[in-house]
Amino acid sequence: MTKTMFEPSITSRPVYGVLSPGVGSAHLFVADGEGADAVCDLFAKAEAAEMKAASHIIYMPGANGCDKTADLQALGVAQFYRAPSFASAQSRLAKVLADAHMGLQIYAAGTEGLMAQVAALAQAAGLPYEAVQMEHRGSLARRVQCVHCKGVTENVRLDPFHCSHCGLSLFVRDHFSRRLAAFQGVNIDAEDPGQVPASVERFK
Amino acid sequence: MSVGAPKIPVVVAEVVEVNALIKRFRFQRRDGAAMPVFSGGSHVVVEMDDHGTRRMNPYSLMSHPADTLGYEISVRRDEVGRGGSLYMHTHVRPGMEMVLSQPVNLFPLDARAKKHLMIAGGIGITPFLAQMAQVEAMGGRFELHYSVRSPALGAYVEHLQEQYGSRVHVYYDELKQQIDLKTLLKSQPLGTHIYVCGPKGMIAWVKATAAAMGWPALAVHSEEFLAPPVGLAFEVQLAASGKSFTVQPNQSLLEAIEAAGVEAPYLCRGGACGQCETDVLRCDGHIEHNDHWLTDAQKASHTKIMPCVSRFRGAALILDR
Ligand code: FES
Repeated sequence: MTKTMFEPSITSRPVYGVLSPGVGSAHLFVADGEGADAVCDLFAKAEAAEMKAASHIIYMPGANGCDKTADLQALGVAQFYRAPSFASAQSRLAKVLADAHMGLQIYAAGTEGLMAQVAALAQAAGLPYEAVQMEHRGSLARRVQCVHCKGVTENVRLDPFHCSHCGLSLFVRDHFSRRLAAFQGVNIDAEDPGQVPASVERFK
Repeated sequence: MSVGAPKIPVVVAEVVEVNALIKRFRFQRRDGAAMPVFSGGSHVVVEMDDHGTRRMNPYSLMSHPADTLGYEISVRRDEVGRGGSLYMHTHVRPGMEMVLSQPVNLFPLDARAKKHLMIAGGIGITPFLAQMAQVEAMGGRFELHYSVRSPALGAYVEHLQEQYGSRVHVYYDELKQQIDLKTLLKSQPLGTHIYVCGPKGMIAWVKATAAAMGWPALAVHSEEFLAPPVGLAFEVQLAASGKSFTVQPNQSLLEAIEAAGVEAPYLCRGGACGQCETDVLRCDGHIEHNDHWLTDAQKASHTKIMPCVSRFRGAALILDR
């Protein structure tokens, strides 16, 4: 599979590459859903063979039910951990980052929300944003922050959609916050209350 | 600083011989007012009137960033250079009036780092003196690895060891001591940033070693001021201001432009900041690019020049200035 093509947009909108074997003392992979395929593709490369003994994969099935645990387990890396969700993997991730040394390579693959949250954790650990390799796979559903109530809604497919916290109708912008790891949603009928265009499934 | 920015009129308050090669200078404002607070890693451009030649050399500020009563710099005597450091060593005395630029920081600490790993070579220690004081005051974590030729030339070693104890590691070339860089870089906690200031070779060595060990390029910071090299005299024509003149062997192109009465932008005067970038309208000959700002492709195209450090050989050079 090739990398997802994104429409050209504002510079704030993240763009992603293709995972490739990095040079370093240890390798941490975090993937969800179809992101597992990106990890498998990386390990299919000959140069990645010697990375296995120093690799740790943290995986969670996608919100769409896609679960490729078996494929990842079959890779035979030093550590494999399956978590039911990103939230439940967070304490493990925090521990891994706290114990790590410079030279650790970080890879994130799967949905945008997952990758953004991994990058935010890496940044909080003192790494530059660019230090995390990212490859998009699977769903384009977005993680969106309501700029009014600040609540975050996961897996947003429709635009506009109802904020799951305050209920406002939100237009999903390409404006993205690296710190919050979320796209920004703004009230679409603030000036003409009730004038809400029909929702379309923009993020499949 | 650049065109139009106010300068700081100062008086030399103190000149101290640190060792056989290094002198320290302290400046205070002539009007007795406070100096601007700066961040560790900043430099100022010191203006000198060297017997009719105007020299403007950048020096890192080494005093405590919170010390607004004065600024301190250290100058290493360079016998073969164009004379700026020699002028500072032989002519500058307490009580003399001089002019400084506003402080500019091209080598700041990254506040997001969990730990600052500082690597200094020789006179490259100066920005770290201010940075360490700053990190210490903020309760941050740092470690200094300082390489010098000999104990006699180890400027500020005692002060640093006294102040910061085991966080300071000193290596003497004469005693065949060398930083064990690989071991050092292997054991750094995640979120460490490297800062290196020293000779070209040292910076390249640190950058290459870190890259080979998987350090992100953006976690490795360096600063190297190039002194404008001496060279052959050459002619230059400025299209916008309609002037032509000769750049003398021991004068930089930027200095020659300024001497012709044309205001040109600059910040570092050392080929590092990019501020002086100038479009080349015509180049019949060869530009000697000495900066580390332009990309290799830009350098090869001969359409841009950094007048603070670069020179020209050939028949005609016309700049858009
Ligand atoms: S003044 Fe900084 S590159 Fe020339």
